[in-house]
Amino acid sequence: MPETLEDLAEREYEHGFVTEIETERIPKGLSEEIVRIISSKKDEPEWLLEWRLKALARFQQMLARGQHPSWAQVSYPEIDFQDMYYYAAPKPKKQLESLDEVDPELLATYDKLGIPLAEQKRLAGVAVDAVFDSVSVATTYKEELAKQGILFGSFSDAVKQHPELVRKYLGSVVPYSDNFFAALNSAVFSDGSFAYIPAGVRCPMELSTYFRINAQETGQFERTLIVAEEGSYVSYLEGCTAPMRDENQLHAAVVELVALDDAEIKYSTVQNWYPGDKNGKGGIYNFVTKRGACRGRRSKISWTQVETGSAITWKYPSCLLQGDESVGEFYSVALTNNMQQADTGTKMIHLGKNTKSTIISKGISAGRGQQSYRGLVRIGPRAEGARNYSQCDSLLLGDRCGAHTFPYLEVKNASSTVEHEATTSKIGEDQLFYCRQRGLSEEDAISMIVNGFCKEVLRELPMEFAVEAQKLLDISLEGSVG
Amino acid sequence: MLEIKNLHARAGDALILKGIDLSIGAGEVHAIMGPNGSGKSTLAGVLSGRPSFEVTEGSVLYRGEDLLAMEPEDRARAGIFQAFQYPVEIPGVTNNYFLKASLNAIRTARGEDELDAMDFLSVVREKMKIVEMPKDLMGRSINEGFSGGEKKRNEVLQMLLLEPSFMVLDETDSGLDIDALRVVANGVNHLRSPERSMLVITHYQRLLDYIVPDVVHVLSEGRIVRSGGKELALELEEKGYGWIEGAAAP
Amino acid sequence: MSRILEEARDRFLALAGEAPPAGGLALLREVGLEAFAEQGLPDTKQEEWRYTRLTPLAEIAWTNAPAAIGVKQSSLEAAAEPVFGCEPVVFVDGRHRAGLPGGAGAGEVAALAESAEAPALLGTLAEARSHPFVGLNGALCQDGARVTLRGEAPCLVHLVFAEATEAAASHPRVLIEAAPGSRGTVIVDHVSLEETTHLANAVLEVEVGANASLDLVVLQRQGKRSFHAGHVAGRVERDGRLRTHTLTLGGAFVRNDLVVTLVGEGAECAMKGLYLGTGEELIDNHTWIDHSVPQCRSDELYKGVLAGRSQGVFRGRVVVRPDAQKTEAQQSNPNLLLSDDAEIDSKPQLEIYADDVKCSHGSAIGRLDPEALFYLRSRGIDVDEARALLTRGFAGEVLAALPEPTLAEAVGALFSERLERAGESP
Repeated sequence: MPETLEDLAEREYEHGFVTEIETERIPKGLSEEIVRIISSKKDEPEWLLEWRLKALARFQQMLARGQHPSWAQVSYPEIDFQDMYYYAAPKPKKQLESLDEVDPELLATYDKLGIPLAEQKRLAGVAVDAVFDSVSVATTYKEELAKQGILFGSFSDAVKQHPELVRKYLGSVVPYSDNFFAALNSAVFSDGSFAYIPAGVRCPMELSTYFRINAQETGQFERTLIVAEEGSYVSYLEGCTAPMRDENQLHAAVVELVALDDAEIKYSTVQNWYPGDKNGKGGIYNFVTKRGACRGRRSKISWTQVETGSAITWKYPSCLLQGDESVGEFYSVALTNNMQQADTGTKMIHLGKNTKSTIISKGISAGRGQQSYRGLVRIGPRAEGARNYSQCDSLLLGDRCGAHTFPYLEVKNASSTVEHEATTSKIGEDQLFYCRQRGLSEEDAISMIVNGFCKEVLRELPMEFAVEAQKLLDISLEGSVG
Repeated sequence: MLEIKNLHARAGDALILKGIDLSIGAGEVHAIMGPNGSGKSTLAGVLSGRPSFEVTEGSVLYRGEDLLAMEPEDRARAGIFQAFQYPVEIPGVTNNYFLKASLNAIRTARGEDELDAMDFLSVVREKMKIVEMPKDLMGRSINEGFSGGEKKRNEVLQMLLLEPSFMVLDETDSGLDIDALRVVANGVNHLRSPERSMLVITHYQRLLDYIVPDVVHVLSEGRIVRSGGKELALELEEKGYGWIEGAAAP
Repeated sequence: MSRILEEARDRFLALAGEAPPAGGLALLREVGLEAFAEQGLPDTKQEEWRYTRLTPLAEIAWTNAPAAIGVKQSSLEAAAEPVFGCEPVVFVDGRHRAGLPGGAGAGEVAALAESAEAPALLGTLAEARSHPFVGLNGALCQDGARVTLRGEAPCLVHLVFAEATEAAASHPRVLIEAAPGSRGTVIVDHVSLEETTHLANAVLEVEVGANASLDLVVLQRQGKRSFHAGHVAGRVERDGRLRTHTLTLGGAFVRNDLVVTLVGEGAECAMKGLYLGTGEELIDNHTWIDHSVPQCRSDELYKGVLAGRSQGVFRGRVVVRPDAQKTEAQQSNPNLLLSDDAEIDSKPQLEIYADDVKCSHGSAIGRLDPEALFYLRSRGIDVDEARALLTRGFAGEVLAALPEPTLAEAVGALFSERLERAGESP
């Protein structure tokens, strides 16, 4: 294969720097005591501590029974859950009165990542919650949003300020017993973002959380909860980066979305965790549980993800289509190169009548990357008139990578329609030559073809993120028509 | 403009070109005819730099420079254009985007400014009229779902847009009905000028009624076995390729 | 493993001790017994058995097929009718019962139990450890056939496996060898002579030689109380062509496994399947095409029709190994649900480790097209007939690929008859 493919696969990771900042950590290891320490650091109410402890018990039971999930098409050495830190936070110099008092090192870090937090430099139209290791360090535009009744900020603050909302919805979509990593997260989660959109409100700006892992040997376990009341709308973005380190770090997040009658949540992710070096050394293990419940009639949840980072990605953003006529969507681009492995897809569980789901998945494998699409479409017996359409395409660059497709279609209602299509192909030498004969460099030709391949997904991203996603995929969309 | 000397080339293990000598001056139109498997498309591919062909001997000078040492895109930027016999389909990439990217890459190489979307559109519209190309083809993916005739028109449209100095037409007439052939030939003739040269590869004499060549060469088993004026094409049509193969023997 | 499955395993192991010796098959039995004792019967935690519960099969106290059978001569004669253009070779309860060789075609057929030594290939294409039912078949195998196709003249062989005795389990083994350059059709026909509860657990090992061409028809038309496990393991050499036609018209429990490995460049495999579920039947089809060398092609089409409270399962794996460049593979699994209580679980899957490939798969689940139904009705066809027509039309694509037109007609008629008899005809 041409050299440029190798180049593409070996591009330097841009966000691999380490922030020198004093960090407060609790001892290594996982135990009831550790969970109690995390809970007390957060000043949590008793009910939350109890919930964490139940989750811990469940996790330890699964661990003892050897119920570490093994069905995904990924391989990695056994994780030692006692040999990592479960809580790390930048040491605050004093109580913060305003954003301007945030540690300048932290502000500089986010500046460097292209997410300025300071008042005068903030991104227009995007409210950002910045999560650094285990805690949220800053949230912008909080007051402006509050004027419309929109609650947006760190999960810890929400527990203190709106305990009734958190208690009502926490674990209601992803129970602590849901799966191995969800149980771990429920026991030790340290922070994350919380958003609540009141009835009838269309959130005027994009809400966004920027996750950064910095500390060594530390896992990140954040939890995000978004509730959209009747007739509301919100678009939420999430971005992730981490320093280049030789060790593997664990990221096990849980995201829960709840959409009530006529509400719509659009959730976009650009995941660029450190993928490890070209020999597969280091990189983030990304084991994430994301699920949205379309509880209300005509509610809609749409997941869009661009996955370019992490050594291992294990992620299936899903929709429970409970309300009649509710809609679930999943748009995904995943790029694996070097030694990266990704097993990703979605679950669309149709329970209500006339529910509709769309799955568009585009996988690109380069280097020695291995990638699997794994998706479940289940039509329950009462889901009359349910419809699903899935399209999964894989593009191979090079002869040492792999692409695999594992759709599960389970249909228990005859009035439903389910369609799944998948293709696998490589960037053809004929296509490259054709472009080069018309004066385009090979690199531009590859970018252009990859761009064309991903277009259906990229156009689902909000503007602000589309730019980052395109850069990540080494694509110029400029002047693209159609 | 183009000087080919003792060119040998192979595809895989098979030696296909076995010593081609050909000199094409500025403004000249040369036609190459020959039976299937005689090496016509290989010659076209070698000139544009298709990676599946390997030159084992000989040289090609283009405006005094070693053409064989250049990458395909550099050849394109230097003014070499091949109209393909089978243009590939590229899903997801619009014709419009592709043509603009291509034109701007070539303009930049020529030291000209890139065209913005508006200017590009007006240039394209004008060229589209020449090849009678339906408007909707610009918004569609490159060659995807195009009919055979539409693909060939698209090739000529690109040629009109990029204004190359040396054009290789690889069986651009095959699969076209007579009306489409007229349109395509008309597009090609638009570009004839004292500064431009062409190599027209065809299996049939018919095309040469519309694009009248200065010289006709007959290719057989990897060699040029006969060259002459345009009447050679008529003679060939009349007597068939068997005549050449017989003549080539001694 | 649950207690029920464990007990069933132990009963099968005990049956192996009681089964009469069967000459040349001793080694096959020994290897099979060991493998089955280790594996036992799988539960639904195993991915391959996710949708298929073996409990109903495990709850029955199976016996070895008796040496003497109490079947009427007339039924035997009926089973031996040359319905598909040649005289069939008949096995009852897993053992050969009439004079061999039969068959009008040029194929050679020999009963396995009658030979002193098993052919060398036996047990190598379908390894005892590859599947619990292959191990079980080996452990309890009493008879079977070796079919050899030679020469360029087309051969036609029709094997009938007829089951009769209540609670008997038969485990026939068939080895089909298509010699290089040969061509022909082998029909393996599973029928019930009596409306009894019985188990037919057949294993077919198929070797397609260089440039040979084989159509393998597996027709499963046992009674509604029957249990069926069918395993086909095939290997296709250079430029060989294997076309399988797996036609499943029902049974209380049917599990088909079809595994084909393309081992020579230019080899081709076409897998066609049609399955019909009515009543409370479970019809499970597992297929696996393994592209291990370059330049091979495979094309798979499995169509399902599920009525009543039946459950259909389809899992189709296409694996393209790292060296198998220039592979072309297509797979498609359309399903028709005719009732609200029917269920289908479809899992097509592509696993691709080579880069220069063209692969696609598709799966669709739906009901009869209301537009088409309306169109037919507007032309005066009554609604039941219109439905039957459309359903038959849906199945037609698979039937049209059958090598003998008489087969397509006969299977088509059986298909419609079964659907109608189930009272669910459309």
